[in-house]
Amino acid sequence: MTVTSTASTAPPSGTEPNGSRTRRPRISKRSVPYLLLAPALFFELLVHIVPMLGGLWMSFLRLNQFFLREWMSAPFTGLQNYRFALDFDGAAGVELFQSFAVTIAFAVITVGVSWVMGLAAALFLQRSFPGRTLLRGLFLVPYALPIYTSVMIWKFMLDRSDGMVNATLSDLGLGGERFWLLGNNAFLSLTVTAIWRLWPFAFLALMAGLQSIPTDIYDAAAVDGAGLWQQIRTITVPMLQPVSQVLILVLFLWTFNDFNVPYLLFNQAVPSSANLISIHIYQNSFLTWNFGLGSAMSTLLLLFLLVITAGYLMLTSRRSRNA
Amino acid sequence: MREPRWFQWVRGVGLCLLTLFTVIPLYVMVTTSVKPLSDVQDTFQWLPSALTLEPYVDMWSTVRLADYFVNSAVVSLGAAAFSVLIALFAAYAISRYRFRGRDAFRFTVLSTQMFPGILFLLPLYLIYATVGQATGIVLQGSHIGLIITYLTFSLPFSIWMLVSYFDSIPVDLDEAAYIDGAGPVQTLWRVVIPAAKPGIAAVSIYAFMTAWGETLFASIMTDSDSTTLAIGLRDYSTQSTVYWNEVMSASLVVSIPVVLGFLALQRYLVQGLTAGAVK
Repeated sequence: MTVTSTASTAPPSGTEPNGSRTRRPRISKRSVPYLLLAPALFFELLVHIVPMLGGLWMSFLRLNQFFLREWMSAPFTGLQNYRFALDFDGAAGVELFQSFAVTIAFAVITVGVSWVMGLAAALFLQRSFPGRTLLRGLFLVPYALPIYTSVMIWKFMLDRSDGMVNATLSDLGLGGERFWLLGNNAFLSLTVTAIWRLWPFAFLALMAGLQSIPTDIYDAAAVDGAGLWQQIRTITVPMLQPVSQVLILVLFLWTFNDFNVPYLLFNQAVPSSANLISIHIYQNSFLTWNFGLGSAMSTLLLLFLLVITAGYLMLTSRRSRNA
Repeated sequence: MREPRWFQWVRGVGLCLLTLFTVIPLYVMVTTSVKPLSDVQDTFQWLPSALTLEPYVDMWSTVRLADYFVNSAVVSLGAAAFSVLIALFAAYAISRYRFRGRDAFRFTVLSTQMFPGILFLLPLYLIYATVGQATGIVLQGSHIGLIITYLTFSLPFSIWMLVSYFDSIPVDLDEAAYIDGAGPVQTLWRVVIPAAKPGIAAVSIYAFMTAWGETLFASIMTDSDSTTLAIGLRDYSTQSTVYWNEVMSASLVVSIPVVLGFLALQRYLVQGLTAGAVK
């Protein structure tokens, strides 16, 4: 994730040699960037950093409904919440593990399919033809819709024995009358809904990435006799690597942490096949009011994501350097 | 590059499938919104038995849609305005100054993007409650609490994008302003912001969309007076009936502003995205 700027030319101020000309002694030049950053820093601290540290601390407390009102004085229990969450002989541990496995499967499938669809659409629309701009705009609509409206649409289509999906399936003679929002079907419903609203983002990013590949590389490859499929495999996909690297990471983090889609699709009754980790933690915290346990699970989740992200960045950066 | 015949076939079929996948749910949304209630309670029909605009009228009285709409608008506009303003200052500092802690700041802000919301939902809830008890500033269930929360959600991306926009604006312009005796804030205001307008517009719509669609924090941090659309649209389901036609007409109405804004500005979003990612 290289986000460094190349425009590191001489800064206009701060290191000026002729500082005597400026008559602004009230604020020292050195403090200007810090003052400009202060509001951003304040809100990041308030909403992200301090709560995160607070959550870490809470994960060591016995913080349930009995102590919630006086949460500052909840008793310290050491690693007990973690022991409880990771006790794979007990019900809580098994449920956490199941939820974790479902989340991994959901994230991998959703990101993989979204990336392939996004790349396909970007390649199909690379060349101009009548209606290209229209299709491009159309494909982006699901991403632009507010999450709850897209999930509502899918909920309506999947709901009931005679909803849109079941009615169409029985019209086509493929059965019907299946409960798409219950049992194991719920996983499929969740995944399709998530892909519907996520793949346009992959499309958007990969389309922009394609534009940065110079066309003469393709010409040279064509002269060498490389077919189109070979060109896609040996030029397009490797040249998209920098975009794909960031894109896949971002998509993975979004889907892995997804709360909205399952929450809106299933309301309170999320079937275990669609019980993503965020939902699991939410229900363990806000429905049973066991904030200590919820915080311990959240901390484990963060640790996992940190390890995954660091490992992923190390692996993909090394590969791109060797390429 | 000559396209072989097979690719033209693949493209034709592929684009058809992708179009169907995209359009069918949108078609269902639009047609359901003009169906009478009896239609949506019956077996699904591709065509409405009768066209009616009643859902568009009734949706305002079935639930307190206007209230939810206003709440969402206040919260989203507030969050977007503050987020962009704060991001402008931060991005200007990062783009134009070299200072100690610059990289640490960028890294920290970006990495907050990967935190799962659920991780800081619980502590933030308690912090807001404690601040409320201590100072009397009500952050739970109030617009201001949601604005503060949401503005930080779009802040990292906004800073990142604006930095890459600012970097593409020649520093000579700043220097000319400095020679004329302008301070940093004046320079930002008069020189850099006018040159970065498309980027600022793109960041604004992104920040607005983020707040307009947020559900997790809204589900905990709103009360009946501050319910946003994300939570309020669920009121169309009652014990006995779901007013699906009104759900869809309301969904359509609340989607149109963000969809149009996004489609108009997506070009600039992509520019900023790639400028940041590809470099």
